[in-house]
Amino acid sequence: MSSALAILASTFALALGLGLAARGRRTMTLQEWSVGSRGFGGVFVFLLMAGEIYTTFTFLGGSGWAYGRGAPAFYILCYGTVAYALSYFLLPAIWRYATERKLLSQADLFASAYESRAVGVLVGLVSVVALVPYLVLQLKGLGIIVSEASYGRVSATAAVWGSSVALMVYVVVSGVRGSAWTAALKDGLILVVAVALGLYFPAHYDGGLHAMFADIAARHPGFLTLPARGQSAWWFASTVVLTALGFYMWPHSFSSTYTARDESVFRKNAIVLPLYQLVLLFVFFAGFAAIARVPGLTGSQADLSLLRLAKMTFGPAMVGLIGAAGLLTALVPGSMLLLSGATVIAQNVIRPMRPALSDHAVGIIARVFVPVIAVVAVVLALSDNAGIVNLLLIAYSLVTQLMPALLCGLARKRWRWPTATGAFCGILAGELMVAWLTGARSNLAHLAPNAPGAVQDLNVGVVALAVNVVVLVSVSLASRARVRTPEPAAVAP
Amino acid sequence: MTPAQRGARGVALAAVLGLILAPFVANRVTPYVFGLPFLLAWIVTSVLLTSVGVGLMYASDARAARAAVGETPGRAAE
Repeated sequence: MSSALAILASTFALALGLGLAARGRRTMTLQEWSVGSRGFGGVFVFLLMAGEIYTTFTFLGGSGWAYGRGAPAFYILCYGTVAYALSYFLLPAIWRYATERKLLSQADLFASAYESRAVGVLVGLVSVVALVPYLVLQLKGLGIIVSEASYGRVSATAAVWGSSVALMVYVVVSGVRGSAWTAALKDGLILVVAVALGLYFPAHYDGGLHAMFADIAARHPGFLTLPARGQSAWWFASTVVLTALGFYMWPHSFSSTYTARDESVFRKNAIVLPLYQLVLLFVFFAGFAAIARVPGLTGSQADLSLLRLAKMTFGPAMVGLIGAAGLLTALVPGSMLLLSGATVIAQNVIRPMRPALSDHAVGIIARVFVPVIAVVAVVLALSDNAGIVNLLLIAYSLVTQLMPALLCGLARKRWRWPTATGAFCGILAGELMVAWLTGARSNLAHLAPNAPGAVQDLNVGVVALAVNVVVLVSVSLASRARVRTPEPAAVAP
Repeated sequence: MTPAQRGARGVALAAVLGLILAPFVANRVTPYVFGLPFLLAWIVTSVLLTSVGVGLMYASDARAARAAVGETPGRAAE
């Protein structure tokens, strides 16, 4: 057991060391700290983007869904791939727009595209509200992983506090470079661990993948296909589309995008990332293998299936290694979330109130907010507040609502109709719908009791997005008609 | 857009539709493919095809860009 602890402790120390060493001898301007002076080549951008795939949610939740729900888990493999295909077109457009204007955050892009401080502040607030629960989720996952993998020697509370302090220190010191360097360590380890577990468990316990799946199909008929109602094909398709649209709407995805040296990086990454994401397949295998060996984990306990099976199968050294990989899956996205959250608050909430602030001062304010956000997240992670659980559920839906306004904003040179008022009202209406639908725990079966099953099974986020688009378009058209500023002479094509 | 660019976009689009619509067309356990239940095998194949489609887009776009620069040498700097 002490070997597990030793491996966890040395991984932790190595991550902290790498995070600090990443700074080198650089002077930390705000541009350097938030977006690495836009000088990252393909490998670093790949690591930052891939770092966002393997969070604790995919590691624990991916195996947990396979264990507890079966086929519906496959949607996780699909939405990322659809998002990568979209990224071929989307990310170069975002990068070009942001780089020409030296933007630092996601909210900057909205503020600039709509020439509106109010839209920037709204997007800034939405992104912070969505990002905190995501960080809380990472910290909760980290606590579970470390306490399981250390056989209870390190409590979840100690693990969450310890790693948050490490995160704060290296994010303040090294900025986005710290995330990139620790991402290299993390991706190496998670790749080896996930593939090894995914191949070993089915071979060891069932004599192969086919035998394992045949056994599951025999014992639990219908488990490996989608049901006719509930998490049905309609649920699957609508969820994949919605989640793929929301995939790049996170504030930290924009930060990663801004770090790139040139736009071809994204097109090349879009080829490799779908293949890389197949590592999730092995995480599923581990979850499926756990069904027959560690039965009876229900609800959120299902997320422990991978770790429990590992502890049953291996000695402490291997468990420590798995725990170390899990620890890193929380640290890397956690550092990106802290960094972009702090940047958004300083740049998009504080700065508009005090326009006289210098870049240097904004940089200092951003670094002051790193520990503030971290402490808020730690406190929320350690409390068992039901409100947090609700927030977690809706965080993804919240950022997805930014998609229509983003597309219209990027297209404003050609489409002249979207207005700042329209974007503001569209985002606000979408977010309020999400909050209301989640608060009422509503789904389409409640909203439309007489609709056909296909409609009732659709992801309820579709409703919020539809309201968002309708409001965006109609308010834009109405506000244009009302203002009727004299148009400049039509630009020659 | 050249025929190669159009073809590449077609492959990528087919792959993406294969993912989104997977349970409508492949919601079954048998036949197993390389030990995977059919639905999962279908999804894995679509993921691979997405990568191929995006790779073809990359290659054909790069070629078209080079051709455009070659045809109008004076405008390459624009």
